[in-house]
Amino acid sequence: MVEPTLLQTEVTAGALLPELSYDVTATTVVLGALATRDWRPMHHDKDFAVNRNGTRDIFLNTPNQAAWFERYLTDWTGPHGRLGRITFKMKGSVFPGDTMVFTGEVAETAVDELGCGWVAVDMVLSVDGETKTTAHARVALPTSTDDNPWSRQADAWRP
Amino acid sequence: MSSSLTPLPDVLVDALAANDQDPLRAAQSMLDVKQYETAGEFPVEMGYVWSSLSSTENGNPLYWDDEVASGLTAGPIAPPSMISVWFRPHNWAPGRTAVALPLQVHFDLKTLFGLPEAIMTDNTIVFHEPVRPGDVLTTYQRLTSISEPKTTKLGTGRFWVIEVVYENQRGDLVGVESYTGFGYKREEA
Repeated sequence: MVEPTLLQTEVTAGALLPELSYDVTATTVVLGALATRDWRPMHHDKDFAVNRNGTRDIFLNTPNQAAWFERYLTDWTGPHGRLGRITFKMKGSVFPGDTMVFTGEVAETAVDELGCGWVAVDMVLSVDGETKTTAHARVALPTSTDDNPWSRQADAWRP
Repeated sequence: MSSSLTPLPDVLVDALAANDQDPLRAAQSMLDVKQYETAGEFPVEMGYVWSSLSSTENGNPLYWDDEVASGLTAGPIAPPSMISVWFRPHNWAPGRTAVALPLQVHFDLKTLFGLPEAIMTDNTIVFHEPVRPGDVLTTYQRLTSISEPKTTKLGTGRFWVIEVVYENQRGDLVGVESYTGFGYKREEA
């Protein structure tokens, strides 16, 4: 059995997640679009993005941003971290040539009535200090070394 | 999102006819109506899982190490955030005469209101039962709100919220996704 990387009891409100920085290229955007089966041209055709969408280049699509936020969270939680809910709001696009910076802060911790340990995290994806996307996630973490949030099913899982 | 308009489905043609050709009333008549029930075009498979993980350089051992997956999730699963991937249609398939679009309600609204451009502004996903290789998921869409006309830096249009509900072949709820879209016309220069 894999030992948990992080227990819910070790996390406190206000704790900061390690920052993640990543240089975006056209390949990042196109690979992300194809991996999410998003064939729309603004994610691979610069001429279309510029002249039809009015953006300066192709840009990261929504499902791939979700995947980036999930990666950012589980880099921190380890494999025991089980994502329950994520909300994100896009304020600007992420283009090739941008350096994405992910930051996060624990908003609150709680244990629900079924004993599941939860951590709420506020995250920001920024480029050059400008917020591009904000996200709020609720992720379940083990409350002890023998707890496993993934074992919760049906009514025992309340995301 | 897309900047082309697709033909209106019969249900919206009928809704327009029943509402004196008023697009707002026609859209409001579709609130909370279950639409576009469909099954995924292929079973969930790890090839796409690894492509997605590769695109974000995600090394979570839950998805790469069978022993970890066996210990934590009783076998391999797909990352929760991939839930919409399993419904995105092939860009082409035999017999298909037009490009199939995911989130068709969104494109219907663009056409209904004559808004050639659109973006997604907010996205909420709630995850339930894990998705596993071999699962064939089903889904439906429903419109849950539509705004009055708004003007943003992109142009003038309307915001709308669409929910997408996902279930597996056993009828288990696997997720609910909520999208806020903004359909608009660009301001003339």
